[in-house]
Formats: sequence, C-alpha cells, structure tokens
Amino acid sequence: MLATILIKGAMIGAVYASLAVGFSLVFGVAKIINLAHTGFFMLSAYAVYVLVMILHWPILPAAGVVLISASLLAIVIYLLFLDRIREHEGPVILVTLALAIVFQEILLLVFKSTFLSVNAFVPGTTTLLGVTLPKQDLLIFVVTLACLLAVQILLYKTRLGLSLRVTAQNREIANLMGINVKKICMISVAVAVFLAAMAGIIVSPTITIEPHMWMHPLVMMFAAVILGGLGSVKGSFIGAFILGYTEVLVVFLVPTGSFIKGSVAMMIMVVILLIRPEGLFGVLFEEERL
Amino acid sequence: MRFIKRQFRRITQEVFTVPGRTIALIFLICLFFIPLAISDPYALKIFIFMNIFCIFAASWNVLGGFTGQFCMGQGAFFAVAAYTSAILNLKLGLPIWICIPGGALMSILAGLLIAVPSLRLRGVYFSLVSLAYPIILIGIVFAFSDVTGGETGISGIQPISRNPVIVYYITLVVMLLSIVAMWLLTHAKSKVFRLGIVLRAIQEDEISARCVGVNTIKYKLLAFGISAFFAGLAGGLYVHVLRIASPAMLDLIFSFNPIIWTVFGGMGTIAGSVVGVYILYPVMELLRFIPEVRMLIYAAIIIAVILLMPEGLVYWVRDKLDDECPRCKVINSFLRRECRACGAPLRANRKKQSDQAQTMDSSYGKEIVR
Repeated sequence: MLATILIKGAMIGAVYASLAVGFSLVFGVAKIINLAHTGFFMLSAYAVYVLVMILHWPILPAAGVVLISASLLAIVIYLLFLDRIREHEGPVILVTLALAIVFQEILLLVFKSTFLSVNAFVPGTTTLLGVTLPKQDLLIFVVTLACLLAVQILLYKTRLGLSLRVTAQNREIANLMGINVKKICMISVAVAVFLAAMAGIIVSPTITIEPHMWMHPLVMMFAAVILGGLGSVKGSFIGAFILGYTEVLVVFLVPTGSFIKGSVAMMIMVVILLIRPEGLFGVLFEEERL
Repeated sequence: MRFIKRQFRRITQEVFTVPGRTIALIFLICLFFIPLAISDPYALKIFIFMNIFCIFAASWNVLGGFTGQFCMGQGAFFAVAAYTSAILNLKLGLPIWICIPGGALMSILAGLLIAVPSLRLRGVYFSLVSLAYPIILIGIVFAFSDVTGGETGISGIQPISRNPVIVYYITLVVMLLSIVAMWLLTHAKSKVFRLGIVLRAIQEDEISARCVGVNTIKYKLLAFGISAFFAGLAGGLYVHVLRIASPAMLDLIFSFNPIIWTVFGGMGTIAGSVVGVYILYPVMELLRFIPEVRMLIYAAIIIAVILLMPEGLVYWVRDKLDDECPRCKVINSFLRRECRACGAPLRANRKKQSDQAQTMDSSYGKEIVR
C-alpha cells in the first residue's frame, strides 16, 4: 500500500513537473500565461494515438515527429497570435484560453467524445519494492526526469540558457546586451511545448484520451507552479511532486477521493501560500513586498 | 420647473453631441421595449440571462478592470450566492426577496474570506490562486452532498415569477441599478465617491498608492466586497430563473466567461462588460443552430477581435467616434472640427497624435511606455 502510493505519486508528480516547469519557463522568460499549455499535452497524446494505433508506426519515430511538429506549431502560434499582444495581460489569457478551446473543439469534431487509449510502449510488468507495476510507469518516470535534467543543463550550462535567464531577469537590459528578445521568447515557448508534448506522449498509454483532458492537468499545473514559486524551475518541480503525492494519497485513502482530489490539492496550495506568500522557492523582490 | 428644464437641456447637450453616449442611450431605451418585440418565451429567456450576466461581467470588471486584481475564480462568488439562495429558499422556505439579498451577503462573506489570502499575493500569483477557489468549492459541494445535492444539485427552486415578461423587467431594473451603482462607485472622476480614483491608483501602482497614504488593504477589501456582492446578486437571480443550482456553476469555463465578455468589450469600463455580454451571448445562442462548430467559431471570433483591438471593443469604437479636446478635455463628436466647449481645433491635433503614436511604435520606446 505504502509502496504503491510512493511509486504512483512519483509518477504523477513527474508528469505534473514536466508541465509545470515548461509553464514556469514561458512565464519567466516571455511573461505569457499560457492556458493552452496543457492543450499541447492533449494534442500530442492524440497524435500518438493516430500515429501508433491507426497508422501502426513504431513508437520512436512517432514520438520524434510529434515532438518536432508540436514545437513548430507552438512557434507558429507564438508568431501569429501571442507576439503582438504579449504586453497585455488580459488579452494573452483570453487568446490562449480560446486556443485551448479551439484544440478541444477540433478534436471533438474529428474524434467525437469517445474515450481512446494507446497500448503500452513497453509491455510487461516489473517488481519494485515489492510492488508489481507496469514497465510503462517506470518509463514515464525515467523519461520525464531525463527531460527535466536536460532542461536544467540547457538553462545553466549553455549560452542559450544564459540568454534565457537574462531575458527572464530583465528584458530591457537583455535587449541592450544584444540578445534578440523576440527570438528568445520564441525559443522558450518551443522548449516548454516540447516538454508538454513529451509528457503527453509518454503518459498516453496510462490515461484515457478524450477532448476535455486538458483541464485537470492545467489546474494542477497552476497549483504546482504557484506552490513552488512562479519563475523558479526547482520550485515548480518540487511543487509538482507535492501535488502528485497529495492526489494519490487522497484517491487511495478517502472513499470519494476522485471527486475531491482537485480541491484538496488546492487547499494545500492556499495553506502554503498563507504561510509563505511567494511560494516555497520563490524570491520576493524588494519592490514586490507588501 | 425652470431648474428641470435647465437640467434636461444640459443632459441633452451632453448626450446628443457625443455619438458614443447617444448609442448607449438608444440601446438602453431599446432594452425596455424588447418584450414587446419578442413574444417567444425561449428568446425572452436569453435576454433575461443576458441581463443577469451583465451584472456578473461588470462585477468582474470592478475587480479585474479597475483594481487590477485579475480574478479567475469569479464563479466562486456566483455559486456561493446561488447555493445560499437555493438552500434558504428550499430548506427554510424563505421568500425570494430575502433569499437573493441573503445570497449576496453570503457572497460578500465568501469574498472577504477569499480576499485574506489573496491580499498577500500580487498580479499573476493572485490570478492563478483565484482559479483554485471554485475547485475548492466543488470539493465542499461534494463533501456535504446531503445539503447541496452533490452532483445533481438542488432543483425545484421557486421562480421569481411565472410570467417571463415580469421576470425580464425585474432583471432589467436590477441590472440597470447595479450597473449605475458600479459605475458611480468606480468612476474615476466621480465627486460623490472617492473610491474609483483610489482603485485606479492601486491598479496602476500599488506601491505608489501606499506611498501617498492610501490604505490599499482597506480599499482592496472594499473592491472584493463590492465585486462579490454584485456577483452574488447575479448568482441569486440566475438560480431563481434557471431553478436549479448545480456544480456546473463552478466549472472553469463559467469563471472564464465574465473575463471573456469583459476583455472583449473593454477592461476598466463598465460599458465594456455590458457591450461584451450583449454581443457575445446572443452570438453564442445563435450558434446553437450549428452545434458541432459552435465553440470553434466562438473561439475564433474572440481571437480575431482581440488581435484586431487588444484594448477592447468599446475603446476601439470610442477612438473612432469621439475626440477629446486637447485644451478643455471635453469629449466631442468625430464630425466636429472645433471643440464644442472652447472652440479649439480638433483635427490637427488628432493627426499629430497618430503621427506620434507611429513613431512610438517603430521605436523601442513602446515597451517602456507600456
């Protein structure tokens, strides 16, 4: 029981982490609240369904195609819609919400509201800590952590990462230092959507794929980002794991858990914010203190 | 008698010389004659809902557009009032005219409760956290399902009236009163209440507002209270028109609706909320004839309008129709060449302004200005 909770929580936490880190990155660098972020998660799950289950591609090329096309789609959307209204907070929220609805409605038109599922990429089970669990679950955990590690290396060990962090800190200074701010914002959106698409691909065998599946992860992702501190990648990561474990604990321990798992996670977030308004790892700048 | 005459002349002078105000007045008068033109009860019901959602959208505007608290959980206030009103009505058997204000008062309580953690947060943090409140409420609704009815909700609530025309006029009057009240409270140039200008100051720069001695905590709480009260009023009316209180009111999209309407119409002006509701809601209803692509077209309209006019429809139209006199700040019709109050030339100034805006756009200064 305990081991099951430990392992399931780690798995769900890893998925939320890859969503939350991407969202946090886009918010930090481009100052865009992207409500369509989990829309890309949903789109890539559907793309995997089409490529693997209908066209019978092997998984690796399918994943490659999905990742690249999702990132390209994100860049196109950024250039077409988001770039010109980036400065206005309300319109950005509204346009990204409308985009998420567009994704949902297109999928509803094409696939109707049927529940779809994808076969496991690696069949079979394995035993860990006395718990028998599908190999797919382990794969989710390993791949997600590898991706997040790669993002960490990108941010802290490369020149591109340096310019991303500079832009996040101060856009005008970054511009004066000769960084192409628009291009950097575009890259941050692409990287974030790459992470979301990765999460969508890798969890697609374990969830039911349906056109409304973007809402619950969206809310949990917000909560994880806020919990950890907006703009802090490490914070988002830890926040996601806290929420993942909370969700699993509630579902396992409370009889009607699946109804209230969202609200328990939200309450934990509000309580933590009451104690630490900037989130667990967020930094309050002097001018932001109240 | 002479006083009334003079006031009347003043109003006509102020209203009919400005096209934007004339349109607003004609629109308001038309609202009173809608039941004469439309006899279909279903169509009338759409107009009733439009009146109610006007209050809802405007209440979001008080918080989001004027105070700068971009609340993404306005549905929480709405639902608290709706459930309170429904429970008071069904379980305690109280009449409607106690239930709806009771719900609104409960909503103020909820608003203040929500405000306490929110006061410590700013900007985007607040927006994302406010998203949590409807979800927490869903948990509460399911946890106390013997009172709230759980997933099926509460049904069989007493209607305001059996006659839809009476319901229409009641909602219309309540809507107009609420709109005027919110306009008076938030109007920045109002000489009666100093609230509007303070809320603007908080929106522009909270630190500066504190520096000049504004108790921002107090005023933010006040804004939360006002917003929650009117959202609650809308919720109470809604539940007595629809006659069912269900967790659908706590959906993500229900909280986003007032934001969609208001940002579409224009944030920071009560007229924006009204325009947004009266354009988008009928569009949404007309699109019911093509149910498959309904939401798709709706989303496409929103994206197109936002990209064309990111400030909102009202500001866009106002820029086209009205000119502000550079000397005395009186608003003039776009047809006039000189100011109607002081005779200063308008056109030359307008051209110069647009030139200025262009140079601003092309330079990097745009971001600094913003």
